[in-house]
Amino acid sequence: MADHAAHAGDHHDHKPGFVKRWLFSTNHKDIGTLYLIFAVVAGLIGAFLSLLMRMELMYPGLQVAANGHEWNVWITAHGLIMVFFVVMPAMIGGFGNWIVPLMIGAPDMAFPRLNNISFWLLVPSFLLLAGSMLMPGGPGPGAGTGWTIYPPLSSGLGHGGPAVDMAIFSLHLAGASSILGAVNFITTIFNMRAPGMTLHKMPLFVWSMLVTAFLLLLAVPVLGGAITMLLTDRNFGSTFFSPAEGGDPILFQHLFWFFGHPEVYIMILPGFGMISHIVATFSRKPIFGYLGMAYAMVAIGAVGFVVWAHHMFTVGMNVDTKAYFTIATMIIAVPTGIKIFSWIATMWGGSITFETPMLWAVGFIFLFTIGGVTGVVLANGSADVYLHDTYYVVAHFHYVLSLGAVFAIFAGWYYWIGKMSGRQYPEMLGKIHFWMTFIGVNLLFFPQHFLGLAGMPRRYPDYPDAYAGWNWVSSIGGYISVLSAVFFIYIAWVTLRSGRKAEANYWGEGATTLEWTLSSPPPFHQFEVLPRIK
Amino acid sequence: MKLSNLAACATTLALAVPGAALADSGRAENWAIGMRDAASPVQHQLNDFHNTLLVIITGIVLLVFVLLGLVIYKFRASKNPTPSRTTHNTLLEVGWTALPLIVLAFIAWESMRLLYFMDRVEDPEMTLVVTGYQWYWGYAYPDQQVDEFLSILIPEEELEEGQLRLLSVDNPVVLPIDTDIEIQITADVNGVLHSWAVPSFGIKTDAVPLRKNHTWVRIEREGTYYGLCSEICGDGHAYMPIEVRAVSREAFDDWVEQQVAGRELDEPPVLLTRTYQGPVNADGQLAQASGQQDILETR
Repeated sequence: MADHAAHAGDHHDHKPGFVKRWLFSTNHKDIGTLYLIFAVVAGLIGAFLSLLMRMELMYPGLQVAANGHEWNVWITAHGLIMVFFVVMPAMIGGFGNWIVPLMIGAPDMAFPRLNNISFWLLVPSFLLLAGSMLMPGGPGPGAGTGWTIYPPLSSGLGHGGPAVDMAIFSLHLAGASSILGAVNFITTIFNMRAPGMTLHKMPLFVWSMLVTAFLLLLAVPVLGGAITMLLTDRNFGSTFFSPAEGGDPILFQHLFWFFGHPEVYIMILPGFGMISHIVATFSRKPIFGYLGMAYAMVAIGAVGFVVWAHHMFTVGMNVDTKAYFTIATMIIAVPTGIKIFSWIATMWGGSITFETPMLWAVGFIFLFTIGGVTGVVLANGSADVYLHDTYYVVAHFHYVLSLGAVFAIFAGWYYWIGKMSGRQYPEMLGKIHFWMTFIGVNLLFFPQHFLGLAGMPRRYPDYPDAYAGWNWVSSIGGYISVLSAVFFIYIAWVTLRSGRKAEANYWGEGATTLEWTLSSPPPFHQFEVLPRIK
Repeated sequence: MKLSNLAACATTLALAVPGAALADSGRAENWAIGMRDAASPVQHQLNDFHNTLLVIITGIVLLVFVLLGLVIYKFRASKNPTPSRTTHNTLLEVGWTALPLIVLAFIAWESMRLLYFMDRVEDPEMTLVVTGYQWYWGYAYPDQQVDEFLSILIPEEELEEGQLRLLSVDNPVVLPIDTDIEIQITADVNGVLHSWAVPSFGIKTDAVPLRKNHTWVRIEREGTYYGLCSEICGDGHAYMPIEVRAVSREAFDDWVEQQVAGRELDEPPVLLTRTYQGPVNADGQLAQASGQQDILETR
């Protein structure tokens, strides 16, 4: 793609001092690193909450949680942390910041200081959320509302204390961070591509970030509006969602899911982009059906805005409305199918090697397919009546997020860590990490389909004894998954401390995007002479 | 202690399994991998629909699995050292766009038929009013003049022989079999959302304050059917199960007679909560029914 090797690294890098470099960072790579570290720390906290949850659910009866409210606080914090402080910062803030400018041949993001505040808004946001777990909430400390914060449970009536207010402020900050980040990505991608890189020559990861940024820009303000209305309901006497005073709690659900559904695509689209590059690299073949792949993501993003009420099939909607949302939702399976088949077609005829990133990528394709087909089941307004709010839904969204988005994040980490740090991960440990996680998460989430079909509702700290069997299996899987997360920290430490030095393009002929033309790690300021794309 | 828990529960199950009645009982079984047995026309169709879907999605997953296995085997570097440069095949791309559409169209056709069938029943023979509270259910039978009564979980230490932990309640809701029953579901005016769910009937409908959601059931056989609250409602979310006792129409009439004994039948049944009568009262206020205050105070 590029017709030159970068010369930017020729002169000496002028790196600022520690405080200026890491607190007042304006360098996209440093900010990307900060985001990744943040996501790992938040991820460990989120995983610790999962561990508590699986310990609680391993046997019938209350073991770990003191009461139902404490349990609700855990699940709420787990959901919000994983969505807003792990997956989004890792994919968008981390890999997006690091890789997008490199891939489009830009020296940095369009608005470096905006980039910095996007990151530093997340830190107080996370502290507010963590703090809300300790503040008075409902019957005990913390916000036990579920990540969906439905009123009236999240209103003054269900949660009188300031915990929910703090969670709302946390989401305000995280939302502002996302919106500013989205503005930055859109501007960067539209204006700072290297000469000759038309939209239709842009790498698919950049396409995925562009679509994601538009989704963020359009969806997050709606969440901001909804939670602000909830905040004024709670504190200033408005009655938007208070049924006894003419408000409507279902309105909140519409607003929430108008954000919430695009949000799930926000979490997975960057993963689609990463997987495309990884599959192409290790197949030593260009991506199959590039335009179809790019526009499939655009289609998923667009249709993703008009399917939100499939989360609300049981609220008492008109049957015609349910029919519409059923059909609109099923349509999304078509562009998703295009992506799955195109990845396989990319591998077809290739000369494939199975380094760690490729293992994660192939694992992603297979497991995302499982999560995708259960999505087709849940899309049906009829079948969803049985499955709504059961563990079937929990299994479904963990297959697409925990086994989809998280697999993509690990795939990206192993793919780019040599580029980002200049040190390569140990191959054997990477493979062990993959297989351990693969076994763990499947053991964890596959039985949850059975629990859902047997009618076990989600958000239950205790369950009738008939659900004991699969819950026990699921917990074993959970322990393996948490162990493998800890193992990952060890691998990261080994890599950064004693990994072998990585050359510029350590993946060879298959890796064709611009970041591979730069040294590993890239110079502090890259592309001072813009590359030209043929 | 935990292991003994599991052992105890395994023993319970082992004891219970021989009874053939369990197979069509309205509750989950340990190690189950499929949907519950159906006890209503809706759930029969839901079961069939899910079985159809399961075949389709298993087929898709197997297809992807086989294709992945094939490329991994055939095109590994040691076997295929020179990669091809193919990046397009219009026929293939049109194919994998069109074929899923056809499959989806088939699913949608079945889905729509079922969706409209589930929606409502013509001319229901009776009505059950369900109200969700924190954390128990209230049931009333306006047609039979049965006042609202509360249905509360039996605590673990008070369970008697044959009662189920987290499922058995003090006053189960009693319904006749072979009867088209309209179910109206709402929630405490000053409460939160709940969801009334009975898997064996294919029912799950949210209970929303001041809204009256409708669903229906025609129970096919006598028995006890269990469900669990399915919308997060706070501390006691896991502790407000649903127990439905389905009885013959005669037995139901007897039960109704017991309930209304000693009452003037022309006086309207007492509902603990004020259900939705219209947008606003004449005086613009939302007055509280007599029983409401007690519930608020006990909370």
